Amino acid sequence: MQTSWLPFIPESASTVSGKVDALYFYLSGVTLFFSLLIGGVITFFVIKYRRRLPNEIPRPIAGSHKLEILWSVIPFIIAMSMFAWGAQIYFQNSRPPKNANEVYVVGKQWMWKIQHSTGQREINELHVPIGRKIKLIMTSEDTIHDFFIPAFRIKADVLPGKYTMQWFEATKPGTYHLFCAEYCGMNHSGMIGSIIVMQPTEFDSWLSGNVNQQSPAVAGQQLFQSLGCVSCHGANGEGGRGPTLAGLFGGKVFLNNNQTLTADESYIRESIENPAAKVVNGFNPIMPTFQGQVTPEQLIQIISYIKSLQISNPQSTTPAAPAAKAAPASQTGATPAPNKQ
Amino acid sequence: MKAFETFETPSAARVNYINAEYGLKSWLLTRDHKRIALLYLGSISFFFFIGGLYAMFIRLELLTPQGDLLASTTYNKVFTQHGIIMIFFFLIPSIPATLGNFLVPLMIGAKDLAFPRINLLSWYIYLLGGIITIYALLAGGVDTGWTFYAPYSTTFSNSYVIAAGLGIFVSGFSSILTGLNFIVTIHTMRAPGMTWFRLPLFIWAHYATSLVMILGTPVVAITILLLAFERVAHVGIFDPAAGGDPVLFQHLFWFYSHPAVYIMVLPSMGVVSELIANFSRKNIFGYKFVAFSSLAIAVFGFLVWGHHLFVASQSVYAGMIFSFLSFAVAIPSAIKVFNWTATLYKGSISYDTPMLYALGFIGLFTVGGMTGLFLAALAVDVHVSDTYFIVAHFHYIMVGGALFGYLGGLHYWWPKISGRMYPEGWGRFSALVIFVGFNLTFLPQFVAGYLGMPRRYHAYPPEFQVFNVLSSAGASILGVGFLIPMIYLVWSMRYGKLAEANPWHLPGLEWRTASPPPTENFLATPVVTWEAYEFAPVEEMRVIGKFRDEEV
Amino acid sequence: MAESHIATEHAASHPALQHHFENMEQQREAGALGMWVFLVTEIMFFGGMFLAYTLYRTKFPLEFASASNHLSLAMGTINTGVLIFSSFTMAFAVYSAQTGKQRAQVVSLVLTILLGLTFLGIKAVEYYDKYRDSLIPGRLFPGRPFNPAGVHLLPGADPRHVEMFYWIYFAMTGMHAVHMIIGVGVLSVITFFAARGRYGPEYHNPVEITGLYWHFVDIIWIFLFPLLYLLGRHLEHGG
Repeated sequence: MQTSWLPFIPESASTVSGKVDALYFYLSGVTLFFSLLIGGVITFFVIKYRRRLPNEIPRPIAGSHKLEILWSVIPFIIAMSMFAWGAQIYFQNSRPPKNANEVYVVGKQWMWKIQHSTGQREINELHVPIGRKIKLIMTSEDTIHDFFIPAFRIKADVLPGKYTMQWFEATKPGTYHLFCAEYCGMNHSGMIGSIIVMQPTEFDSWLSGNVNQQSPAVAGQQLFQSLGCVSCHGANGEGGRGPTLAGLFGGKVFLNNNQTLTADESYIRESIENPAAKVVNGFNPIMPTFQGQVTPEQLIQIISYIKSLQISNPQSTTPAAPAAKAAPASQTGATPAPNKQ
Repeated sequence: MKAFETFETPSAARVNYINAEYGLKSWLLTRDHKRIALLYLGSISFFFFIGGLYAMFIRLELLTPQGDLLASTTYNKVFTQHGIIMIFFFLIPSIPATLGNFLVPLMIGAKDLAFPRINLLSWYIYLLGGIITIYALLAGGVDTGWTFYAPYSTTFSNSYVIAAGLGIFVSGFSSILTGLNFIVTIHTMRAPGMTWFRLPLFIWAHYATSLVMILGTPVVAITILLLAFERVAHVGIFDPAAGGDPVLFQHLFWFYSHPAVYIMVLPSMGVVSELIANFSRKNIFGYKFVAFSSLAIAVFGFLVWGHHLFVASQSVYAGMIFSFLSFAVAIPSAIKVFNWTATLYKGSISYDTPMLYALGFIGLFTVGGMTGLFLAALAVDVHVSDTYFIVAHFHYIMVGGALFGYLGGLHYWWPKISGRMYPEGWGRFSALVIFVGFNLTFLPQFVAGYLGMPRRYHAYPPEFQVFNVLSSAGASILGVGFLIPMIYLVWSMRYGKLAEANPWHLPGLEWRTASPPPTENFLATPVVTWEAYEFAPVEEMRVIGKFRDEEV
Repeated sequence: MAESHIATEHAASHPALQHHFENMEQQREAGALGMWVFLVTEIMFFGGMFLAYTLYRTKFPLEFASASNHLSLAMGTINTGVLIFSSFTMAFAVYSAQTGKQRAQVVSLVLTILLGLTFLGIKAVEYYDKYRDSLIPGRLFPGRPFNPAGVHLLPGADPRHVEMFYWIYFAMTGMHAVHMIIGVGVLSVITFFAARGRYGPEYHNPVEITGLYWHFVDIIWIFLFPLLYLLGRHLEHGG
C-alpha cells in the first residue's frame, strides 16, 4: 500500500477524502488546543496553589455566571461549526450523482461479489477508473456487512433484504484496501479485498479483456421471462394486468392509498418480494410474492433489466449495452410512468 | 497546630458494621447497604479480573498481524466476552453499586437505603446474571460482539447467545432496582437540613445515573428477551428473512446502550467533583451548573442513540438531527470540565492518590470527550466508525473516565470503608503507572483507526503492526498498574494504618461518623446546618452522636 | 459556622415502622414513590414492544388486520370487562383498608384475585385455540409449526407476514399475563396479612402500592385490547 504525505493520514484517493481530512484537521486542532489549554491550566493551578500549610482553608469562591455563559456559549459555537461542516460534506455525498456508473455489490460470509453494469464480475476486487463517478448498489445474502474503503473515506453498511448505496470518484491510481467493517462472524477479518484504481484507458482495456460476460440487465431479461413476469407486465414491460414497467425507474408512482413515491431499487425490490405492500393505483393486489424464489443477485439483475426499459422506444428495447458504452446510466431521460386512473 | 490534631481516636476497635456480626450468614443475609456494597465490591472485582484476562489475550493476539495465537472463532469469543463482562458486569455496577451503595445513605444522613431488602435482592440478581453468563462462557462462549447485532445473533451465530443474553437480561434488573432505590432514597430520606442544593455532587450524579438506569435498562431487557425468543422460535421481528428489520434491533439496543455510557461515566463525574473540591479545600465552582449538567447529560443522553447508525442505512435527515443533538450533549460535559478546573483556582491542593486520579480523569476525559466530537461529525464518522478510532475513544471514556473515577473514589473512601489507610506511596506510584500505561495503550489506536484499521479484526494488514505493538506494550504496563492497587488494598485491610473518622479533614456527612461507620451509620439523626463543601477548622466539623462503647 | 445538632428521637412508633425510617409518613412516601418509579420502568419495558408493534403494523397493515380478525373478539371483550371490574374491587380494597373496614377489605381482595384468575383462565383458553389452529409462531411445538392456513386473509395480505402479528401478540399478551400472575401472587400474600388484620387506617402501605401495580397492569391491557383485537374489523365488514 502507498503511504500518504503525512504519516498519520491514510492515502487520499477520492474527491471526498480531502474534504474529510480537512475537517479532521480542524477537529484535531481544536482537540489539541483545548486539551493543552485545560492540561496547562490544571498543571499551573496544581503547582501554584499546592497546599503549603496543613490547616490552611482557602477563601470560598461561589462561581460566576458570566464565566459559565462564556464557557457554554463558546464551546457551543465551536461545536456547531463542526456540526455544520460535517453535515455539509455528509449531505453532499448522500445523493449519488445521476450520471454515475453503477456497480453491484453483494456481500456474503465472507467475500464480496461485485458485478459491473457491463457484466464483468469480480470477487474481492473492484477495478475502477479515475475521474468517473462510481455508484455502489449493495446488498447482503446473509448477515450485515460493511463496505469500507479507507483511502476514499467512505463506508456504508450492507444489509440483507435492503439496498444501500454509496458513491465515489477516485482521483489517484493505485491499489487500496477494501475492508468489511461490520462484524459478520468467523472470518470477518478475512472479508477484505482491493480497490484497483486505473487510468481510464487502462480501465477500458481491462474491461474489454473481460467482455465475454453477460450484463446483469440481459440476465435480468431472461429471468423476467422464465419467472413469468411477462404474462402480466408484458414482454417489454409495457404493462397489462400489472402496471407498466417501462420508464418506471426514477419516476413517480401513485399508489392506491393516494400516496406517491419515487421508484427506486428498494421500491422495486419490495414490490417483488412483498407485492401487497405498495399497490399501484388502479391495480388489484394479485401478484404473488417472489420472496425466496430469487436470490439477491438475481434480484439485482431483474432490477437492472427494469431500469433499462425505456418508454420512448418500447419496440426496440434491448438491454444489452456494449462494454464501450458503459458510461452514463440510461435512466436519466426516463419520464414518469403513466398510471391508470 | 493544635487545631488540626486528631479529635478522634481510630475506631476500628469499636463496634462497627464490619465487626457487628460474624459468620457467612450475617453477610449473605445482610440488609446493611455498607455490607451489600462490599459484596458488590468483591463480585465486580472478580469480573474485572476475568474481563482483564480477556483483554490480555486480545492484546497478545494483535501483537502480530497474522492472527496466529488464537483461532479466529476463539478470538471473536474473546473480544465479545471482554466487552460483555466489562460493560455489563463491571463498569455499569462499578461505582453505583459499590461506592454509591456505601455512600448515598451516609452522605445524605440516612440510616440505610429506602429498600434494604430490595438492595440485597439486587445483588443476588446480579450474581444470578453473572452465573448464567459464566455458564455461557464455560459452555462454549458467545461470538456476536457485545452489541448482539441481528441477524448475526439471531440466525447465523452458533454460540451460546441465549445464555449470554439471559445473563445480561437478569443482571439488568439489578441495576433497575439499584436506580429505583437511589431515587426513592434521595427523595425521601435526606436528613433534616439536607436540602437539594446542599447535596454533595456525588449524590446529584447518582440521581442522574439512576434516571438513566430506570428509563434505559428495561428497553434493553425487552430487546434482548425478544432476541432470545427469536433464536428459540425461529421467527422474528429482527431477522429480514422473516420480514423483520435488523436496524430496529440497532435502534432499540442503542436507545439503552448509548445512555449506558452515561451510567458508567456520570457517577465517575460525581466522584471527581468530590475529589476536586475536597482535595483543594474549595467549594465547587458553579455548584448548580455542575449539578444540573448531570441531569442534562442524563436527559440528552436519551436523544443521541442514532449517532451509532450513521452508516447503517439511517436516513440522511435523521443522521443530521442525531449529529446535532450529539454535539449538544457535549456542552454539559464541557461545563463540568471548566468548572472543575476553575475550582482549583486559589485552592489548597494536595497531591494525595485520589487527587491524582481526579486530575488524570479530567485530562483523559477531555481527550475522550473531544474525540467524541469526531464521531458526532457526520463526514468524519463515516470514515472512522467501526475502526480502532472508536475503540480508542470509548476506552478513553470508559477506562480513562469511568475507571479512573472508580479507582480515585475507592482510594478516597477506603479509610471509611475499611477503617484502614492504603499505603500512599504505592497509591501514587500505581496511579502514575496506570496513567502512562493507559495512554500508551490507547493513543496509538486513534491513529490506527484513522488509517483505517477496522475493529474486531483477528488478523490485520501489516502496516498497522507498529500501532498494535505499542498498544500491547501499553496494555502490559496497564495490567501491572491494575494489579498493584488490588494487592495493596487487600493488604491494607489487615495491615494498613488505622484510619481516623475524618482522615482528610472534610465537611461531608460521611466523614462525621466513625471509620468504619456503625451499622446504623449515625447514632443519632444528623441535622445539616452547613452548605456542601463548606470547609472549617477540623474541630468544628464534628462527629455526630456518640459511639456505642462510650454509651456503655 | 458548621454546627451539628442531634434531632430529637421520635416518640412511640408503629410496630410496622422499619428501623431505617424516621416515621410512618416517610415510610409511606418511600413505598409509593418506589412503586411509581417501578411503573416508569414497566412503561419503558412494554414501550419496546409497542414500538415494534407500530413499526410492523405500518409495514404489514393487511396481514395485521387479517390476523387480528381471527382473534376471539368475544373473549377479548369479556376479559376487558373482567379486568376493569377487578380494578374497581382493588380500589375498593384500598379504600376499605384506609377506612379500617377489615371485612370489606378481605372480601374485595379475594374478589380481585378471583377476577385475575378468571382473566388468566380465559387467556389460557384463547392460547389453546391458537395452539389448536397452529398459530403459535415458529416451530416451538414439534407437531404444530406455525401455519396461517386457518386465518381468513384480506385481499392482498401475504400469508408469510401473518406470523409477525402472532409473534407480537404472544410477546405482548404473554408479558402482560406474566405481570398478571405476579400480581395475583402478591395479592395472595396481601390478602393473607389483611385477613390477620395487619392493615388499617394507620398502616396500609402494601395494599396501596399493590393497588398501583394492579391498576397499571389493567391499563396495559386497556391499550393491548384495541391494538390487538379491534384493528381491521372495519376492513372485513366494510369491504
